[in-house]
Amino acid sequence: MNGPTEMPIATNGDVVLVRQKVRGLAAEIGLSLVDQTKIVTAASELARNALVHAGGGRVHIEVLHGARRPGLRLVFSDEGPGIPDLEQALTEGWSTGGGLGLGLSGSRRLVDEFDLVSAPGEGTRVTVTKWAR
Amino acid sequence: MTVPDEAAKRRIVDLFLSEEERLLRRWTQLSGASPDELRDLYQALRTALVDGAGDFADVRGLLAELSRARVRQGHTPSDTARMVFSLKEALYEAAEADGGPEALRGFVWFSQLVDDLGLYTFETYTAAREKIILDQAEQLLELSTPVVKLWEGIVAVPLVGTLDSARTQVVMEKLLQTLVETGSEHAVIDITGVPAVDTQVAQHLLKTVVAARLMGAECVISGIRPQIAHTIVTLGIEFGDIVTKASLADALSYALRRSGVEITGAERARIAVRAERP
Amino acid sequence: MERVPILKLGDILIVSIQIDLDDQSVLALQEDLADRVVSSGARGVIIDITAVEIVDSFIGRMLSTIAAMTRMLDAETVVVGMRPAVAITLVELGLSLGGVRTALNLEKGVAALEHVRGTAG
Repeated sequence: MNGPTEMPIATNGDVVLVRQKVRGLAAEIGLSLVDQTKIVTAASELARNALVHAGGGRVHIEVLHGARRPGLRLVFSDEGPGIPDLEQALTEGWSTGGGLGLGLSGSRRLVDEFDLVSAPGEGTRVTVTKWAR
Repeated sequence: MTVPDEAAKRRIVDLFLSEEERLLRRWTQLSGASPDELRDLYQALRTALVDGAGDFADVRGLLAELSRARVRQGHTPSDTARMVFSLKEALYEAAEADGGPEALRGFVWFSQLVDDLGLYTFETYTAAREKIILDQAEQLLELSTPVVKLWEGIVAVPLVGTLDSARTQVVMEKLLQTLVETGSEHAVIDITGVPAVDTQVAQHLLKTVVAARLMGAECVISGIRPQIAHTIVTLGIEFGDIVTKASLADALSYALRRSGVEITGAERARIAVRAERP
Repeated sequence: MERVPILKLGDILIVSIQIDLDDQSVLALQEDLADRVVSSGARGVIIDITAVEIVDSFIGRMLSTIAAMTRMLDAETVVVGMRPAVAITLVELGLSLGGVRTALNLEKGVAALEHVRGTAG
């Protein structure tokens, strides 16, 4: 089936391409319409984060074959300035990009698993996973 | 581990057979199970070891039955496994009394056998539970909750029974979909038949109301029982400006008024309905 | 970058979003719409998102901004046709689109605008 895919995030157009790719795979592994919408929305937020805060990055997209159900894992990484205070970054309404500050905290609520690794000067890596129900 | 030779196996089986009375007594003492149950098991084991040449199908069948019976009596699966395992201790005492190296080596082989059988009772238990869960999941799907039309532009979903988070989500998605398909601007979520709600279910209800609002429709929640009202307040869930009504009838009359329908002459039990185009 | 067309029907402007919007197009739409409200003297704006598969925080913010902006220019905005999956996701994301009027479909959106104008005199 689908091997892992790597996509660049360098322009606004790339964010749209990432959304379309994620939607295609989410539908293929049988996520419900609501779950498809959730993971695509999370992908859109995280891709934009990489673009706005780090000037770009990439996403690694992988279909998982769990014991009982398939899943979709997205790893967004960038070499940007990183996040000094992870806890603060995940707080609702906290923003440096002039947005609503829902990017990280909001995407976390849209997925089943959320993992954030970042340090000042070392870039940011966000891993999200959504499992089929 | 080295494979024990035939002599060692034979020695321990001989012990097992010759010490039957003593072993059974010790086994009963150690496990606290009924002597009859253990005697049946003992007989089956003997048959398997002597005549069956290592065929434990009957023993497993007996264990499966025993496992089920003991669950009904209120024993935990660990209890049952421990009951089987305690045969090892009884047999070890016999092997120690024998003192010979063959008996001890044979004991290692025998205790593996007992371990397998003990674990088998656990497996049986899990398999039985798994089946119950699957059956219930299927029954749950059959209990589909209908979204019904009460009036032009007003739909209702009467929720009955215990709501878990997954079912609430399914029902709520169906409700929102129906709003789009029928172009209904009013929905009544009636929870008269719901005995209790937890935080998650209450949150799903709230989220549905907010989602419906985003789509351009209004939801009324009706039939909140006193206990549920208490739970919601105690849990600190903010119902905010969400409209709640005591009964489905109140909710319908509210929704009718909101959609511009006037109800008059109720005292004389004659209902005249006039609809206004908004 | 694709531009979203803005249609005029009487004193109502209708925007039907049919493409997968990138952030640039979102900003362009905001500007175009403000210009058109002023130049046409429209009293109402309807944004039809029936075909929109996702609304993330950026697009959500655009809807709020347009509503606030047109209100300042004396025109009411109604967002119509939001899909259930999109609405559920927005709630989960934490966006309530405060101040944005919504309707189930285009027809009800037009009716809502007429109603607003009726009460406003």
